[in-house]
Amino acid sequence: MIPVAFDYQRAGSVDEALSLLAEHGDEAKLMAGGHSLLPMMKLRLAVPGVIVDVGRLGDLSYIRESDGHVAIGALTTHRQLETSEVLRAQCPVMADVAHVVGDPQVRHRGTLGGSLAHSDPASDLPAAVLALGGTLVARGPNGTREIPATDFFTGYFESALAPDEMLTEIRVPKTPGAGYNYQKFNRRAQDWAIVGAIAVVGDGVTGVSLVNMGSTPVRATAVEEALASGAGAADAAAVAAEGTDAPADLNASPAYREHLARVLTRRALEAAGVS
Amino acid sequence: MTVVLGRTRGERGDSVEITVTVNGSTYTRDVEPRRLLVHFIREDLGLTGTNIGCDTSSCGACTVLMNGESVKSCTMLAVQADGEELTTIEGLAPGPDELHPMQQAFQEQHGLQCGYCTPGMVMASVSLLAENPEPTEAEVREGLEGNLCRCTGYHNIVKSVLAASGQNVES
Repeated sequence: MIPVAFDYQRAGSVDEALSLLAEHGDEAKLMAGGHSLLPMMKLRLAVPGVIVDVGRLGDLSYIRESDGHVAIGALTTHRQLETSEVLRAQCPVMADVAHVVGDPQVRHRGTLGGSLAHSDPASDLPAAVLALGGTLVARGPNGTREIPATDFFTGYFESALAPDEMLTEIRVPKTPGAGYNYQKFNRRAQDWAIVGAIAVVGDGVTGVSLVNMGSTPVRATAVEEALASGAGAADAAAVAAEGTDAPADLNASPAYREHLARVLTRRALEAAGVS
Repeated sequence: MTVVLGRTRGERGDSVEITVTVNGSTYTRDVEPRRLLVHFIREDLGLTGTNIGCDTSSCGACTVLMNGESVKSCTMLAVQADGEELTTIEGLAPGPDELHPMQQAFQEQHGLQCGYCTPGMVMASVSLLAENPEPTEAEVREGLEGNLCRCTGYHNIVKSVLAASGQNVES
């Protein structure tokens, strides 16, 4: 499978990437690791006229501690996330979730910023950033803005990023003392989750999110509210499917996915220390 | 989503010059931006040891090393490898009459049946041991999740990797 012909531009800086986006408008698409975009181009589901390669912006590849949060550069690979000592100490759920993305080859190339910008509701890391209540930093022609993760995912493969903006940094709260767990349910190694449930509880955070239970990653607000009012894991998880819009596909019906959401949420909460 | 089958070379896609080091030799070539790395390796450089299996980044048959890390060459553009150092299955052995320890282990432990997945399995295994020199059996199985063997000869592949890491395996 071969993509439709496109022009190739390599950006040497974020400024250059932004000016290429401004120059080429709707025709242009940013490529980081390319592990979501290139498969879609090979299937000709995506046909960008111009690829702006931002994969070499090494200064956007970092994981560093800041006041109250860990700042992660958008070009940081999944491999760097899963092996990061900073994340292991300060926000271990990010390292754990990165470890189950795709397979080792995919994790060597795929990037956090690329995964978030792609906004696949079946992806693991967007749901992790959502559960943590993270903040996404985007740069555009009018400067830098911060977007709360809760506002970032706007639809099926759609995000709050404007066509002339680029995601540069992801901030996740330091939660060294929180319990956390990711339950990823799939049939085969390396597959996307049929349903996934992420729980982060403690250290000032009560975050529960679901993978592949709607057109975006879903924050399980009913579960979070139940926990806040003192419910245990079983009672809180019983409302996990509320407010979701589970898809139907060859793997599962919506009703089965709702069942999985309840079961996986209970397991994730219990593993995160909620009794 | 719209399926567009039309746009061809000429309207878009002027060639780009890239320089890539493969198995210690440096090559400079003009490539179309849409040229996949695996096609560059197989057709432009004639290194056909790297196989194409699924062409959808699932099976791992096309795995090569880029700067020592395993990557799926069907899911990279050749232009993304510009300036980088690649190793393919042809570049692994230290000499014409010698095998790399991983190749040796695959031979001794019968880590292949039809052999189609083998180049990718070997390259993924070399990358695995570079990151985790003495993995447990479970870590080997998990570490090779990006490579499929349709003969389903996984047990001996896992044994091969454990043997290559210097650990005892039951014969």
